[in-house]
Amino acid sequence: MSFLTLSDVTKSFGDLQAVADVNLSVEKGEFVSLLGPSGCGKTTTLQMIAGFVETTHGRITLDGHDITHMKPNKRGLGIVFQSYALFPHMSVADNVGFGLEMRNIDKAERKGRIREALSLVRLDALAHRFPRELSGGQRQRVALARAIVIAPPVLLLDEPMSNLDAKLREDMQFELRGIQRKIGTTTIMVTHDQSEALSISDRVVVMEAGRITQIDTPYEAYERPENRFVSQFIGKANMLPGTVVARDGDAIRIDLGHDLAETGHTAQLPARERVVGVGDAVTLCIRPEKLRLCAPNAGRVPATVTSRFFLGSQWLYRLDSRLGEVLVCCQNEGTEPLPEGATVGVDWNSEAIRFIQRDAHHG
Amino acid sequence: MASTLPAADNPDMKSGNVRRAPWHAFLPLWLMCAPAFLLFVALVLVPLLMTLVLTFYRFDPASGPIAAFQFGNYAEVLSSSYYHTIFLRTFGIAFLVTLLCIVIGTPEAYVLSRMRDPYRSMFLLVILAPLLVSVVVRAFGWSMLLNTNGLVNQAFGLVGLGPYKLEYTTFAIVIALVHVMLPFMVIPVWTALQKLDPQTENAALSLMASPATTLRRIVLPQLTPGILSGSLMVFGLSASAFAIPGLLGGRRLKVAATAVYDEFLGSLNWPLGATIALLLLVANLIVMLTYYRVLERKYTRSLG
Repeated sequence: MSFLTLSDVTKSFGDLQAVADVNLSVEKGEFVSLLGPSGCGKTTTLQMIAGFVETTHGRITLDGHDITHMKPNKRGLGIVFQSYALFPHMSVADNVGFGLEMRNIDKAERKGRIREALSLVRLDALAHRFPRELSGGQRQRVALARAIVIAPPVLLLDEPMSNLDAKLREDMQFELRGIQRKIGTTTIMVTHDQSEALSISDRVVVMEAGRITQIDTPYEAYERPENRFVSQFIGKANMLPGTVVARDGDAIRIDLGHDLAETGHTAQLPARERVVGVGDAVTLCIRPEKLRLCAPNAGRVPATVTSRFFLGSQWLYRLDSRLGEVLVCCQNEGTEPLPEGATVGVDWNSEAIRFIQRDAHHG
Repeated sequence: MASTLPAADNPDMKSGNVRRAPWHAFLPLWLMCAPAFLLFVALVLVPLLMTLVLTFYRFDPASGPIAAFQFGNYAEVLSSSYYHTIFLRTFGIAFLVTLLCIVIGTPEAYVLSRMRDPYRSMFLLVILAPLLVSVVVRAFGWSMLLNTNGLVNQAFGLVGLGPYKLEYTTFAIVIALVHVMLPFMVIPVWTALQKLDPQTENAALSLMASPATTLRRIVLPQLTPGILSGSLMVFGLSASAFAIPGLLGGRRLKVAATAVYDEFLGSLNWPLGATIALLLLVANLIVMLTYYRVLERKYTRSLG
């Protein structure tokens, strides 16, 4: 059995199901992110693990013990709150030491462990400051130190970076991952920031409307999204409607529209899709960076540049083509980008096309 | 905080050498303060000064106050055990009322902040309601409840107890004062509770603190600034209260304020009355400033 498991965990507020039948197994030492838009139930799920929200139905086990109905102050988990929730009337050292004090650890050992935790988050010098004398990033580190000093079995992070500015957030992400690797604590992080989830977790759990839609490694979730929601929530995606023209085992050929110069595209069917047959309407997806721009009459589809955005390392073009509006991402090679209104050809490799879902038949 | 002041921005909060803007930059601020300042001078400072002058006068029962400069009145108040009792009683009552207001008001504000909305507004109104009724009316209300034939003694009578002498006792003064002063404690504590991040309680729980420890170590210290300002208000107002001790304490159970009243309007000994009033003010200031200094210093750095 896994270290932390959630089986059929459900939370209802009256008629509203905030979290429905969540099943999740987390291995020891793993870093898992709960990812989803606001209101998808990810924070409620975390709160149920923490014990601040009572589960309506289902079981939560930690290291083989059922903790579903255990009081939050008996679980001993380390939690970093979105607001950091530092104790404003205590110094940094006292904040970090509070959990140790509650565990009746003697003063000498407490002192050593506080120093250790503070040096892990590089705040040794500020032990005697009060929270209000610290910057946002420093407060965040104190909150992290306070949560890890107790050596918790599981570390829960509730949108830990949402109050930091973009640059600091990026630094903290790497640092957080580094610290987590070093101490090896099983970690669950709630976030609505897909890039944060992708860059630092071992696995991402994508949630939508109280349900889990996909659990995968960041790479797999990005490369093989299981439905339209995941493909659009994680990264950017071009959604293409098409019709199945042939099927050979798990490979299907799809017609992307009748007036295209070349029609056939192959895509791999995921194992779960067994019912797709010839003539079915399906949705495909291709990532903007997997499309290439080429000379106007080369490539598979001609298109016109409607607008372009400079992202520093990349250019993002918005194109108008017979496939509809298409996003294309190109490396910034240091050469002059295409002007708006230019005519181009769009090309791609057949393997880059992903099958997303079978659509309902029209009529 | 001081963003409205034209003082030059100081990059380091802790450095003492703040560069001030030239004096004329403050002129608009002084002008804006002027109306309130003039009102304060005319209605507070001038009468206070006149009272101070009066304390040095001599009193002659036949001809009234005589202009003089002597400390006879002070000597009389400070040496007489009669006045010692009055002052001790005054501050004893004020201290007890403050203590009871803390004990009752703090949990009250905490419970109130945890209530959901229809009930919360309702109970807030109940707590603030005493402020809408005249102190005199409330004092008479308590008097009706507590007198020998009052409701309380009738209730005691039903179970075969009493009747007890409740009116004209220190007990009556204290209970009525607590009733009057409670809003002055609940409101600042309530304000402090609004500033408290409810997640700090969850944080303490997650660190394995029991709910009781959380309340004592995490919630209560964060409420201290509120309790502190509430105590100062309650203590100051109780020590100088007049109507309630006057009506519920009767003629014999005097406090400083009623003693002043009696000197001014009973014995017509204005200089002595003024002296008691001034000593009450000074004593009140000393008590409150000491209290403020001792506790406030501990919390300005962490809780501001």
